[in-house]
Amino acid sequence: MIRVENLVKTYGRIVACNKVSCRLEKHKVTVILGGSGSGKSTLLRQVTGLEKPDSGSVFFDGMDLTRANKKALYEKRKKMGMLFQGSALFNYLTIFENIAFPLREHTKIADNVIKNIVTMKLEMVGLRGTEHLMPSQLSGGMMKRVGLARAIVMDPKVIFYDEPTSGLDPISTGVIGKLIKDLNTKLGITSVVVSHDIASSFKIADKIIILYYGDIIAQGTVAQIQNSMDERVVQFIAGSPEGPISFTRTDDSYIDALLTDNDNTTGKML
Amino acid sequence: MNLDMVAFIGRSTLSWVQVMGRSGVFLFLAVFQAFQRPFRMSRLLKEIQFIGSKSFLIVFVTALFTGMVLALQGYHTLTQFGAQALLGSAVALSIIRELGPVLCALMVTGRAGSAIAAEIGIMKLTDQFPALEMMAIEPVKYVISPKILAGIISLPLLTAFFDVVGILGGYLVGVQLLGINHGVYFGKMITAVTFADIYGGVIKSLCFGLLISWVACFMGFSAQSTTEGVSQATTRSVVVTSLSILVVDYILTSLLL
Repeated sequence: MIRVENLVKTYGRIVACNKVSCRLEKHKVTVILGGSGSGKSTLLRQVTGLEKPDSGSVFFDGMDLTRANKKALYEKRKKMGMLFQGSALFNYLTIFENIAFPLREHTKIADNVIKNIVTMKLEMVGLRGTEHLMPSQLSGGMMKRVGLARAIVMDPKVIFYDEPTSGLDPISTGVIGKLIKDLNTKLGITSVVVSHDIASSFKIADKIIILYYGDIIAQGTVAQIQNSMDERVVQFIAGSPEGPISFTRTDDSYIDALLTDNDNTTGKML
Repeated sequence: MNLDMVAFIGRSTLSWVQVMGRSGVFLFLAVFQAFQRPFRMSRLLKEIQFIGSKSFLIVFVTALFTGMVLALQGYHTLTQFGAQALLGSAVALSIIRELGPVLCALMVTGRAGSAIAAEIGIMKLTDQFPALEMMAIEPVKYVISPKILAGIISLPLLTAFFDVVGILGGYLVGVQLLGINHGVYFGKMITAVTFADIYGGVIKSLCFGLLISWVACFMGFSAQSTTEGVSQATTRSVVVTSLSILVVDYILTSLLL
């Protein structure tokens, strides 16, 4: 379905993706795991075509998104749905209008049919009856479910989830996890999940990719990842502060930083 | 020290030129895409309602009191020369040429410009632009273009409304309160105001309308994705627009005279 080849993306001196290659297979749930700053959100933005990589390719349905023009990209986007970390609901529209939005923009479906479609999608995420509310009246977990309803309203082939469970309580996390799995098994939707939530990822994933500072350090099924001997993978899964993945972000010597008398920290004034 | 100074001047000039360039490209894209299919009339009408019709009350009050105070001041000055008959034309000309377009634009900047910058900044902060892109909708076309067009359409209309209310405010004070003959007030006005005066006012208000929505949209769109970023964008949009209105007003007046 989606093939990423030698993707490189840098922001200034930071390498967010370092020659990443992977396959996101059809009808499967692929979870991209990594700590903050590991490049997983960057990878998602390249895969969806929201940002252009420095080099490398992303093939979606056989088309290279990194070289496609806007029109072709937008045509492919109609087959994609995305759940954003902050839900990205339109705050000036009601829940109903938020979900109906893509239908109204891209189709000429009659109003009464739109109403039925929206009701069905809301029922799928368990929020029927909230149509008339504004996004600000919902909790974070409910907003994510509305965002999910909006993402599936055009019946996409692929759904991208950016940190779908971050900031949610355990029950909401479970509900979102179940929804992702259900959409995948019942409708056959290919799912790509970016997450750092190991427990819920293991429950839903068919395949796991672990990123560490722009590199893929492991990929495989849940069992393969759990049995991995790679020290970084073991540390990441255990959530251990001790190990090859360093907690501090700088390579400079701590003692030097304390002893040298320079004005790096105060910032140089003009 | 001196080199630091030079570097500072160079850096600020560069960043200023960059911002000007970016905002120019931004405006070009927004206008260009406004004329691409599909046209979204309802979006445009909604923005005209927001920038235009919701500003009616504030413009009404500003215009009324501007006209009233002009008549009051004008009457006392003109009576010194025994020329109170000219009050009507004095009020009308100051309002139509200068005060109408400028004050109206300043009021709309405070009310709508700040709101537009904040709205777009928050849309950016909450990922609504990539969300639109993921739904295969061009964000600049969907969000920015209608606002720019609505600014250009609304301001001349609001200014015309301002002019009428301002002249009536002058009438209230000059004729009803201070007792100038009502025929004299309007008679002198009709002979003094030429088409060129009205034309100049319309040109100004068109430019101010563009300026308000352009700066507000650009500031919101280029805001940093933080709460401080949004508040900075809002403030900056009001300050930059207000000052630009005054500068552009001078330039336009010198060109039109």
